[in-house]
Amino acid sequence: MNKPMKRKINFRVLGRVLKLLFSSYPVMVPLSLLFVVFTAFTSAIPALFMQKVFEIIGAYEESGDFAMALGEILPKIILLASLYILSLVSITLETQMMAKITQGFLSKLRVSLFDKMQDLPIRYFDTHRHGDIMSYYTNDIGTLRQLVSQSLPTLVRTFVILMTVFFVMIYFSVPLTLVLLLGVVAMLFVSKVFGGGSAKYFIRLQKSVATQEGFVQEMMNGQKVVKVFCHETAAEEDFARLNEQLYEDNYRANAYANMLGPIIMNIGNILYVLIAVVGALFLLYEVPNLSISGMQFSGIVGISIVVPFLNMTKQFTGNVNQISQQINSIVMALAGAERVFELMDEEPEADEGYVTLVNCEVAEDGTITECEKHTGKWAWRHPHSDGTITYTLLRGDVRMVEVDFAYEEGKTVLHDVSVYAEPGQKVAFVGATGAGKTTITNLLNRFYDIADGKVRYDGININKIRKSDLRRSLGIVLQETNLFTGTVMENIRYGNLGATDEECIRAAELVGAADFIERLPDGYNTLLTGNGSNLSQGQRQLLAIARAAVADPPVMILDEATSSIDTHTEAIVARGMDKLMEGRTVFVIAHRLSTIRNSDVIMVLDHGRIIERGSHEKLIEEGGTYYRLYTGAFELE
Amino acid sequence: MHIFKTLAKCIREYKRPMFVTIVLIVLEAVIETFIPFITANLVNLMKGGASLEAILKNGILLVALAVVSLTCGAVAAHACSKSSAGFAKNVRHDAFHKIQGFTFERIDAYSSASLVTRLTTDVQNVQMSYMMLIRTALRSPLMLIFSVVMAYIMGGALSAMFVFVIPVLAVGLYFIARGAMPRFRAVFKKYDKLNESIEENVRGMRVVKGFSREEFEKQKFTRASEDIRDDFYHAERIVALNTPLMQFCLYFNMIFVLLIGSKLSIESQGTLLDVGQISAMLTYGMQILMSLMMLSSIFVILTISSQSAKRLVEILEDDAKLPVSEHPVTEVADGSVTFRGVSFKYSEKAKKFALQDIDLDISSGMTVGIIGGTGSSKSTLVSLIPRLYDVSEGEILVGGRDVREYDLDTLRGAVSMVLQKNLLFRGTIRENLKWGNPDATDDEIIEAAKLAQAHDFVMSFPDGYDTMIEQGGTNVSGGQKQRLCIARALLRKPKILILDDSTSAVDTKTDALIRRGFEEFIPSTTKIIIAQRIASVENSDLILVLDGGKLIAKGTHNELLVTCPMYREIYHEQTKGGESDE
Repeated sequence: MNKPMKRKINFRVLGRVLKLLFSSYPVMVPLSLLFVVFTAFTSAIPALFMQKVFEIIGAYEESGDFAMALGEILPKIILLASLYILSLVSITLETQMMAKITQGFLSKLRVSLFDKMQDLPIRYFDTHRHGDIMSYYTNDIGTLRQLVSQSLPTLVRTFVILMTVFFVMIYFSVPLTLVLLLGVVAMLFVSKVFGGGSAKYFIRLQKSVATQEGFVQEMMNGQKVVKVFCHETAAEEDFARLNEQLYEDNYRANAYANMLGPIIMNIGNILYVLIAVVGALFLLYEVPNLSISGMQFSGIVGISIVVPFLNMTKQFTGNVNQISQQINSIVMALAGAERVFELMDEEPEADEGYVTLVNCEVAEDGTITECEKHTGKWAWRHPHSDGTITYTLLRGDVRMVEVDFAYEEGKTVLHDVSVYAEPGQKVAFVGATGAGKTTITNLLNRFYDIADGKVRYDGININKIRKSDLRRSLGIVLQETNLFTGTVMENIRYGNLGATDEECIRAAELVGAADFIERLPDGYNTLLTGNGSNLSQGQRQLLAIARAAVADPPVMILDEATSSIDTHTEAIVARGMDKLMEGRTVFVIAHRLSTIRNSDVIMVLDHGRIIERGSHEKLIEEGGTYYRLYTGAFELE
Repeated sequence: MHIFKTLAKCIREYKRPMFVTIVLIVLEAVIETFIPFITANLVNLMKGGASLEAILKNGILLVALAVVSLTCGAVAAHACSKSSAGFAKNVRHDAFHKIQGFTFERIDAYSSASLVTRLTTDVQNVQMSYMMLIRTALRSPLMLIFSVVMAYIMGGALSAMFVFVIPVLAVGLYFIARGAMPRFRAVFKKYDKLNESIEENVRGMRVVKGFSREEFEKQKFTRASEDIRDDFYHAERIVALNTPLMQFCLYFNMIFVLLIGSKLSIESQGTLLDVGQISAMLTYGMQILMSLMMLSSIFVILTISSQSAKRLVEILEDDAKLPVSEHPVTEVADGSVTFRGVSFKYSEKAKKFALQDIDLDISSGMTVGIIGGTGSSKSTLVSLIPRLYDVSEGEILVGGRDVREYDLDTLRGAVSMVLQKNLLFRGTIRENLKWGNPDATDDEIIEAAKLAQAHDFVMSFPDGYDTMIEQGGTNVSGGQKQRLCIARALLRKPKILILDDSTSAVDTKTDALIRRGFEEFIPSTTKIIIAQRIASVENSDLILVLDGGKLIAKGTHNELLVTCPMYREIYHEQTKGGESDE
């Protein structure tokens, strides 16, 4: 959005939009364009009929014998009428098809944008503002709608009309056409001046709209803080400043755009008069005409040329005006398209994993066989280059060995980290914000990839495991709870789409969420909207925990999962969590040391290094950082 | 109508350009209807082989008219842009101003997202309609009438065709608009929902990917998007009928004029009607149909934006303010707080009281801790002190006087509150801290930051106090954010300082240091601390235990351990050792 918008039409982007459009509807798009051409053609040629009819009128006016004239007029009118009927049919078909094409194209674009977004790595979302991503869907696709449904058909239509009218004109008279072209040059000049000014201000307008929106968003979110600090007047002053800038750009951009119309139309009017006067002169002095038809400026034929020519002048300038009105929206739509394509061209999350997770049965002798049905036992299916396939039972044994990692090159945030978690063990991470606790979990589920070292899951290099299967085997509950629009039940089921209602309820009961859910107006069918804004922070966390519980993964990652639950409720959750954690490998990050005391191993992290490790008792005994932290005598900053 | 009146009040200083627009545009319309009339004259003169002089006279008249029309049109367009941009500015200003005056209750009632929509998209929609209205609301009907009159004067019997064409088009356009509008309204709502679900995905991408739900989300989205596509298509194919209908009328006009026109012309031997008039009739026909088309699009735009207008008027007319004392007290004597029989519910309609029968005495300089489970109304209790809400029953005294007697700024200046959901704003750390006191000196800022245990980490940033905070404070950690918020509140030098669970992300030791600093450096300030950890309130002079909106116990730590089973339970849960786990 902050990139300077080019004023010129970007043909590369236009080409790509067109290609996408044609490939979406390979039959309908060319067909409807064909209809557009035909309609444009029929609306451009009546001048020919007019000229003929006027000629006939001239011929019979003296005698006043309409019956005789009708014989000559009627065939022409019938021909015109039949062309009109065909044209009406084609317009109807074209506009109906266009409605379908537009909506289909937009939907397709939305869906492919969304699909693409789902495939992007977490890094993309960590490094782009959410508002900017949203604006692809809300603003940029909106401008494309204008392009496809209006600008493109209008361009084709006006182009065809202009060409047809032009040929009819030189069919009638070359000198008059030259006069017209003179006027068109003037119009193009005016369009360029005003169009340029308008584009300049529209770009500024876009920017000040965005700035103002950002400010409003921030203020509305922090409205309570504003009031607590009696900051209302200051906020209003800041707002007034941005509002004034927005007004200024809004006013200028629209002024340029709006003035263009009347100016072009009236240049058209003047041109009309000019041609009328020139035509009159030609008629008066019977100046020899140069034309394809060979018609001359004399008598009846002369006037029958000039009058339709005048009408064509109106039509011609009207269409030039139409084009000039479309330029702005085309430039803006292409800028929008460019941004959309930028997202589409982002590198998707790579996944070379080929080890997959399968249901299995374990025979008494320990041999593992893959099976279709859900057995409650899982195995890693590991195909080898020699064609053999081995199976490894999913146990939840996770090892990180001497791992280094940097989000940005040169800024290493994890140094030489080694973590060993045996199946069923509870591993806790303690440390200040920024010490690298969350980063470790980011590496386990491969939201990010390690720079150096190795990570093994049940002895398999996790880079070899297909990401979706890896993540399926890891349940995560994050500090920031994200719920989705839908019922409570649907939100719990998110953890395991195949779960029955009973299983979801059981999961909720297990983690102690059932209590409050049952007290909701519609119980499990209560609709949640706006990230569960009708629930308290603690209740939302309980739902997130239930969601992870229903997934029933062998390994769980709890990242400050209970930070917003009060200690009383946490005690209830803790009981559920203890049950949930039974037999699973669990990684816990917590601020409250009370919640991690019973971990098998506690890792104390400092600036990306593990500085202490051991059980609670061992660490207390050692009297190091953990001891001082636990007793409140030390702070990890 | 009422909506119109309320919004019209926002035009104010932009009335002049508005009138300029309307007058000039009407003038332009008049001229535009005259031009074909004179052109017809010119054409007939040419046909009759008139002198150059006569032709030039008409020509010059026409050029003059075109120049006047151009001037009118251009000036009107300019004035219209100015007036509509100004109108939008005023609407935004008024709405923002209104929102700044809202009580907490009103802020709760509208969500912040809906307020943002109102201040942005809704204003844009209303501006569009305003522009449409002043440009075409008068012009189109006038153009329609003028054109019909002129056509009648000129074409006589030929103008009879309009008796057929106008009703056909008008009725057709009406039914199209009526048929399509409800569908559009419905699909726009769905569309908003779709965007909400995209936002959910953007925000919750870690959850989506964590559960490998990419394919699930894709399918869900494709279904929703295609559903909307079909709905839009059904609405748009109705609107798409506009074009053929319009073309039909134009074509009918053409054929009728050519056929009947030539009959009239020939039979009257050019006296009743001539080629000039015939061609002018075509122009009038065009103008009439265009005016009708414009009228129907005004109708459509007004319907689309009527929802926006309603939402804006809702804010502009929201006068819910805290009642102000007639003789406001502008001095808070000390930091004492008294609750007398206080009950409170969030809205009058609510069945349940959020707080019930609270009696409480806090003397100046005390440290008071508040403990209670989720939903026990701890935050509600403290938010009554700076009068973020008014009590439903009973009274609250600060410094010995009812909070309702104070000037609001005075009261909130003396009662500094760090909210649970706290925010920093885009700007430097220094700018953020200065929210607490715009005139604070650097020394005062550093002092407050030191007290909040924020100075050291601020100085560890390369830019120190000039470090930029991103929107929402995303570039500082949760604990750092909380400490900056405390420093900001301290800068007010309040008589009463309220911390609503404001150190939850701060390490235990820093938490303790902050509290110790309070004791040492601001002993006379009353400190009210809501906390999850007993450790944070253990040493308070008074601890309040809340449960379900009731004050179930108060006393010191040692007293409560004896008298309050719930307190004891919480305490044991928090302090039990790893070995004593059941």
